[in-house]
Amino acid sequence: MSFELLDRFHDPKLCRQLLDKLNASLDSEFRFMEVCGTHTVAIFQSGLRSLLPEKIIHLSGPGCPVCVTHESEVNAFLDLAGRDGVILATFGDLMRVPGEKGRNLKKAVADGARVKVVYSPFDTLKLARENPDNLVVFIGVGFETTAPTIAGTMKMAREQDIRNLRILCFHKTVPTALDTLLADQAITLDGFLLPGHVSAVIGVEPYRFIPATYGKSAVVTGFEPLDILQSLLKMVEWRNHGGAQVGNDYTRIVSDSGNRKAMDVMYEVFEPCDALWRGLGLIPGSGLEICDEWAGFDAKKEFGIVIEEGPALPGCKCGDILKGVLQPDQCPLFGKACTPANPVGPCMVSTEGSCAAYYKYKLD
Amino acid sequence: MSEKVLLDYGSGGRASQRLVSELFLKYLGNDELDRLNDAAVFSLSGKTAMSTDSFTVDPIFFPGGNIGSLAVHGTVNDVAMMGAMPRYITCGYIIEEGLPMDDLERIVAAMGEAARNAGVHVVSGDTKVVPRGAADKIFINTTGVGEVLVDPAPGGDRARPGDAVLVSGTIGDHGLTVLGTREGLDFEARVESDSAALNHLLVRLVQELPDVHVLRDPTRGGLATTLNEITVSSNVCCELEEDALPVKDEVRGGCSLLGLDPLYLANEGKFLCVLPAADVDRALEIMRADPLGKDACRIGTMTDANPGKVVLVTRLGGKRLLGMLEGEQLPRIC
Repeated sequence: MSFELLDRFHDPKLCRQLLDKLNASLDSEFRFMEVCGTHTVAIFQSGLRSLLPEKIIHLSGPGCPVCVTHESEVNAFLDLAGRDGVILATFGDLMRVPGEKGRNLKKAVADGARVKVVYSPFDTLKLARENPDNLVVFIGVGFETTAPTIAGTMKMAREQDIRNLRILCFHKTVPTALDTLLADQAITLDGFLLPGHVSAVIGVEPYRFIPATYGKSAVVTGFEPLDILQSLLKMVEWRNHGGAQVGNDYTRIVSDSGNRKAMDVMYEVFEPCDALWRGLGLIPGSGLEICDEWAGFDAKKEFGIVIEEGPALPGCKCGDILKGVLQPDQCPLFGKACTPANPVGPCMVSTEGSCAAYYKYKLD
Repeated sequence: MSEKVLLDYGSGGRASQRLVSELFLKYLGNDELDRLNDAAVFSLSGKTAMSTDSFTVDPIFFPGGNIGSLAVHGTVNDVAMMGAMPRYITCGYIIEEGLPMDDLERIVAAMGEAARNAGVHVVSGDTKVVPRGAADKIFINTTGVGEVLVDPAPGGDRARPGDAVLVSGTIGDHGLTVLGTREGLDFEARVESDSAALNHLLVRLVQELPDVHVLRDPTRGGLATTLNEITVSSNVCCELEEDALPVKDEVRGGCSLLGLDPLYLANEGKFLCVLPAADVDRALEIMRADPLGKDACRIGTMTDANPGKVVLVTRLGGKRLLGMLEGEQLPRIC
């Protein structure tokens, strides 16, 4: 396996040149938000954050699927853990997400719940086949990136006549959430780094409203330092020339129109619905639910699960952090009551959460 | 002998005796163990280092070793990290009823071979068989003792600003191998555990350079966690050069696929060495002359900038914190 190609996107000389250019192009502050936890981590992990010009203000948006999973969604899957005849299947990230009364899936396992961490939704097919007397429930958390593979899993389950697989569908869609963010007067932003993996599925078109309606820029970009720097420079230059645009700097993966096949599979199985986002509240049309034709797979229907807004966690500022109103270390709980070992809010739990990234990587 | 380990074999009766004499003594036997007394009797001179470790690795067989060889290497290395020559080890086996006898034999054989190569004698042992489900296939505890060769012994609290930080080879090999094997992941390139006894190399190192300040094997929690422990104990800062960290391409590839960081993956045949900068060249010569240290290199420097912290200087020249592993990156890695 060669990393030669990937290493070029880390080239220190080229990065330095782009940083110098960026510095020279900035005549005032430029506030950008990345909308993807993988970008958050990439910016910290590469050390890029410590090198960004002072005038570049970096905010982390609602792009970590674990972080925006609503409290009542968390409680819903925790309620399912330990039920007789249920095996929960999940991506590893959800294991330590705290629900009410300090519950989490790790503790549920210690209490005897059957929870299996999978690397791919397709692993649930085997799990279901091997446990015919149990119901395997996959916790479907994620954006447009993961939804098509889960839809594909459901289609394969139907083809293989696997009847004991259910999906607890909490999927959310990115463009709708950004619309809500931009409409919020409390949030001041100049541009978005758009999640490359999401656009590998949906393309660039769904983001055209960002310059058209709100006069802000947005660039779909990759996860290496050169990708990120190039996209930041582009947005600053657009602003300098008095315009806002949408761009695609991740053309090695993303086509402007997206992946038609993946979208077809996704919308064959799912349909848009209103969704509760942690910290952002109810956003109409921003979720995906299983459509009637596939209702037999729907764990919400099977178990009568209703997701409702509940009381917020006292003191937790995850909502303001996900909107970029506050930086993680401005939360009074940060690093004190809320740490990765004992997370209060979701932004501290996920390895891609902005609070966890601050805690883990930021040098004071 | 039947094909599977039965509860009878842990009863203390004839079946147990047969297991001991036909299997354990066959591979581990020596003058002291063969006497089958209640305890081993031996002499050591001077200061003694002692360490114990339990091994629950899943899977029990993995490319590059198995739980038997690992149980020797882990304890031998821990003793050797104190600047000591490991001499004797004990082993306690907890076996789940139903373990194939062939598997047990492979494990004990590997333990015997690892002990011989490391130059240690297994002088005491115990075997228990527990009902199915009460243990996961096999657990092994080993305890080792050895003679400390240098005074003061290397210790995690002895790092000083200005000291150099060396690592004896590539990192993350064991952790990724175990995870990959456990999950049945098929990597494009083969990765193999680095499980090995480091004592011969370490003894040469401390005998020639007795002023080595710290020796540590970055096992669970990986290099990052071990360095954090050292910086906290010594109240110094470690500045680590990302560019200098030796990681095999196949480990890097596997990690990027699985979202893991090789800096937090376990190693079972590598050590970290913190020593005065003046000794670096000689230390690297000694390490590189041994196959187990052929990829040794300097990866950082201790400073007084951020006491108790590890700072990574990235390829881009940026700086960021390299913290401790929170919780588990992987379950039951060793």
